[in-house]
Amino acid sequence: MLILRCPNCGIDADETELAPGGEAHLRRVGPEASDDAFEGYLFHRENPRGVHFERWRHAAGCGKWFHAARCTQTLEVFGTYSAQVTDPPQDIRDAITARRPGWRWRDIE
Amino acid sequence: MSDPVTALGGMTADSFADIAEQPPRGMVLLRGDLSSAPVQRAAAEVAGVTVPAPNRFEGEMPALCWMAPDELLLLCDYDEAAAKVAALAEALQGVHHLALDVSDARAVFRVTGLDAREALAKLTPADMSPAAVPPGTFRRTRMAQVPAAIRALDDTAFEILCFRSVAQYMADLLISAAIPGSEVGYWQT
Ligand SMILES: [Zn+2]
Repeated sequence: MLILRCPNCGIDADETELAPGGEAHLRRVGPEASDDAFEGYLFHRENPRGVHFERWRHAAGCGKWFHAARCTQTLEVFGTYSAQVTDPPQDIRDAITARRPGWRWRDIE
Repeated sequence: MSDPVTALGGMTADSFADIAEQPPRGMVLLRGDLSSAPVQRAAAEVAGVTVPAPNRFEGEMPALCWMAPDELLLLCDYDEAAAKVAALAEALQGVHHLALDVSDARAVFRVTGLDAREALAKLTPADMSPAAVPPGTFRRTRMAQVPAAIRALDDTAFEILCFRSVAQYMADLLISAAIPGSEVGYWQT
């Protein structure tokens, strides 16, 4: 059972109250991008065993989107944060580093 | 003018908690920047109650319920809703907002009794303990398969708001969760 604290309303929401939104921090390329880069944006996703960043929506609650950083192996949640950022904030990175020294995700570390 | 009718004609059921569909309820949705003074002032003025903190409501009736960081739900008498919308539009002229009469969108049930909290706890993943859901709580969550909001009027009286289209489903859920003999006795001895 996964429980994430929605940063918009502060509620500890059960997974079944949430709707998954896939990988976080995708950046659209283009319109002048190469076909390879655009294919990467559309289809190529991380599938890590360990630290991962995701988008979630508090669908049956306040209805708002947010980001979550968690471990896919242990289901440990490092933290949740605003949807209105393009990279994980420093306090989230620090929380991950405290638990998983030397972690890396895409080009973020 | 036709008379407003509720989804289930005011159904009632006596289980270990009493379940009663409520008469037509006025509901006005207000979206806007809840941290801005004009929106706060307009909401409080038109509703006649203060703006609630997150996951809370203020006033039994009329009431303001906190739906989201940018959304309040005003509860009032059914035939007052249109006037409330007009009053909000007047008070918020020039301020970015949305005020809408959504009275017919939802169904309201009242679940009362010493074990009402336990019947609800069977249906939602939300922590329904008295500490987590004290009187004054407005908790949007899921009840079985559908979204719903739980309004804790006091420790033995709760209102359930759900979409009208799932009113029958909600009634069946509540009745089955409160079937006599299925009391859990976790909070109530
Ligand atoms: Zn939320």
